[in-house]
Amino acid sequence: MLSRTAESLFWLGRYTERAANVARGLAVASRMASLTDELNAENDQWRPLLVAAGCEPAFFEHHGEATEEKVVDFLVRDPANLSGIIPCFSAARHNGRSVRTALTVDMWSALSDSWTRLRHVTPADYQGEKLPGFLEWVRERVLLFNGAAMDTMLRGEAWMFVQLGTALERADNTARLLDVRHDLLSATAQGSTVQHGQCQAVLQSVSALRAYHWTYRERLDPARVAEFLILRPEMPRSLAACYDRVVEVLELIASVQGGRKGECHRMAGEAQAALRFGRIEDILTSGLHAYLTQAIDGVTALGGEIEAFYIRA
Amino acid sequence: MTGIAFDEMGEGDRLRPAYAAIAEWLRHTPQADLAAKRAEAEVLFRRVGITFAVYGEGGDPERLIPFDIIPRILGRSEWDGLSAGLSQRVRALNAFLADVYGRQEILRAGKIPERLVNGNEQFRPEMRDFLPPGGIYTHIAGIDVVRTAPDQFYVLEDNARTPSGVSYMLENREATMRLFPRLLARHRVAPVNRYPEELLATLKAAAPERAGPNPTVAILTPGSYNSAYYEHCFLADEMGVEVLEGADLCVEDDIVHMRTTAGPKRVDVLYRRIDDDYLDPKVFRPDSMLGVPGLIAAYKAGNVALCNAPGCGIADDKAIYPYVPEMIRFYLGEEPRLDNVPTWLCEQEDHRAYVLDHLHELVVKLAQGSGGYGMMIGPHATQAERAEFSARIRARPQDYIAQPTLALSTVPTLVDQGIAPRHVDLRPFVLSTRDEVRIVPGGLTRVALREGSLVVNSSQGGGTKDTWVLERDPPAGEGRSHTQGQTQGQTQSQGQTQGQGQGGAAC
Repeated sequence: MLSRTAESLFWLGRYTERAANVARGLAVASRMASLTDELNAENDQWRPLLVAAGCEPAFFEHHGEATEEKVVDFLVRDPANLSGIIPCFSAARHNGRSVRTALTVDMWSALSDSWTRLRHVTPADYQGEKLPGFLEWVRERVLLFNGAAMDTMLRGEAWMFVQLGTALERADNTARLLDVRHDLLSATAQGSTVQHGQCQAVLQSVSALRAYHWTYRERLDPARVAEFLILRPEMPRSLAACYDRVVEVLELIASVQGGRKGECHRMAGEAQAALRFGRIEDILTSGLHAYLTQAIDGVTALGGEIEAFYIRA
Repeated sequence: MTGIAFDEMGEGDRLRPAYAAIAEWLRHTPQADLAAKRAEAEVLFRRVGITFAVYGEGGDPERLIPFDIIPRILGRSEWDGLSAGLSQRVRALNAFLADVYGRQEILRAGKIPERLVNGNEQFRPEMRDFLPPGGIYTHIAGIDVVRTAPDQFYVLEDNARTPSGVSYMLENREATMRLFPRLLARHRVAPVNRYPEELLATLKAAAPERAGPNPTVAILTPGSYNSAYYEHCFLADEMGVEVLEGADLCVEDDIVHMRTTAGPKRVDVLYRRIDDDYLDPKVFRPDSMLGVPGLIAAYKAGNVALCNAPGCGIADDKAIYPYVPEMIRFYLGEEPRLDNVPTWLCEQEDHRAYVLDHLHELVVKLAQGSGGYGMMIGPHATQAERAEFSARIRARPQDYIAQPTLALSTVPTLVDQGIAPRHVDLRPFVLSTRDEVRIVPGGLTRVALREGSLVVNSSQGGGTKDTWVLERDPPAGEGRSHTQGQTQGQTQSQGQTQGQGQGGAAC
């Protein structure tokens, strides 16, 4: 496959996933903001969201205060924020358009129809009461895109690079979401309303609250939540599951290329092994924040190695 | 113009047989249904993403070229005559290119003024004394044809460089099949969907010999900001080949490779949709970011084929155009089957005097313009516009040519006020290899949607139509006889029903 095509597909996977993750994050924050005062007094919902999206510095370059309206606008529409929902869709569509031939008609329609609508979206369509409905729609559009890829795409290299982008972006997002709330998750004080609310928020933002109940069958416990999102392979958005996927796809690419492998394969395998055999107690003892910071850097480094091996070689 | 123009459908006693079923369909279909179909067509086109990118003019950068749902129809014998003329013309253009970049016999024979060729900006001295693989220069040509009477076609312009529009020929037919399957089935329309296959065969035939039986073919595009980018991707997809940008290619030791995830891969044939000027910064424009450094050296070393060959612009230059009939006689020893539009070259003093005296009835064009820009249609121009062109012609006569304002034929078209005749042209696509010339029956019909307008260019408010070439000529005579034939068929089945004793009188 053409390197440029691989690059566009990889970023197509990353941008669509990122748009959905921002929508998930926003949905949870908006939900939390509407709950008890106690929760909001302790820690407002909007600033952590900016941190999780990795765009806190950019936000404060343009705005003095993180009010709901400003944060929502920044994360949905503002062209200054390349990780916002609409800019992500725009970038995804641009990448998709430049490799139009590698996509199926269904994938293209999912992408292009979303973009056609987003182009005409105004703040009136996503501020205030309209926000939950709008975010739901964004999530559904990305689910449709992923479903179209899953159901219609030839299992060739094109498919593999989209999957690689999706899995890597998802790992990055999960690590960031946890990191934003690492203080509360590693705190020893158990059972406060605030902590319970935070645990809920983290799980809901990865659509995993019910999955947690099914897996642990006990009340929300910060250490279990961290374990669930870092180490449990059956949780499809956990770091472990994302790395399983990354390794699997990298192996597939290597096998269609006659076994050709590089540093990215070693790196991904190493991270996967650590996740497979790691224990949450050890992670918490040595510090959740330090661990997650390293994980986020690890995803960035792996992304760089993948590009170096397949795209810029 | 519309009033006196030849209408390809005709009406009443002069309804032309090929359109009999269309005329009946138009009579019986309520306006609202047609409008609904038109809206449906727009959704279809938007959905597949067949847009024409217009950047830097404000507004929507990805525009749809309006598709008119009423097809344009050519009878079999009309097409056969046209097709033979096109094939002849393109054979002559290729022979001319081989000659002007070789021994220049036609100049030595005095058939074309030498300075028109060697002094022409479109002439590429870099191509002198180099014979491309297969000896073909313009592998893909688009010849613009207009019609003024049932048997009078004119070639308006040759496009020998990188003609576009073929994706519309194919997508328009797809749209018709989706919108009007039954109407299409009532006609026997020659299919156009083999074009991508024929194109791939043409490109493979152009490969350097050492590439073997399965050469690697790719399309070279200027990128996603090019107005025809959709077409580049569409054709690549239909042929199953890669669409490349300059940066995807690298040249080492005169061999062209594309960068892939598995390392460099050799490329044998490039269907390039980048203009000569931007192909290779080492040979042509040094500031080109679109091209591939070293591409021309690899081409001349015989390691890669470029389709079309660099330098084809000399064959479709408007100053050369008047000499195409002479080329046909000179190279093929045949009389031209298709007429040229009479053309005055403003550079020649007697021609210029005539043009300046008759500006109100002539079309004045830039000798090297395209896209309908820099053009004046005398009968439609204001006094001021005529004065301006008069001054421009006097200042740079070599830049201008003039032609009579032809009464282009019209075809019924769905416009806001209903169905009305609108002027059309036709661009068939001609594929050439050393051994044969192939033309898929049909082409791109462009239609000037504004009443009375003669400008069909998509950049100037033109639309497109599906172009049907009937597999057989319709029965001779009036349209009515066709309808009668159908009525007889119905009578027969009524008779059967009656024979079974189930009164069919009401049918």
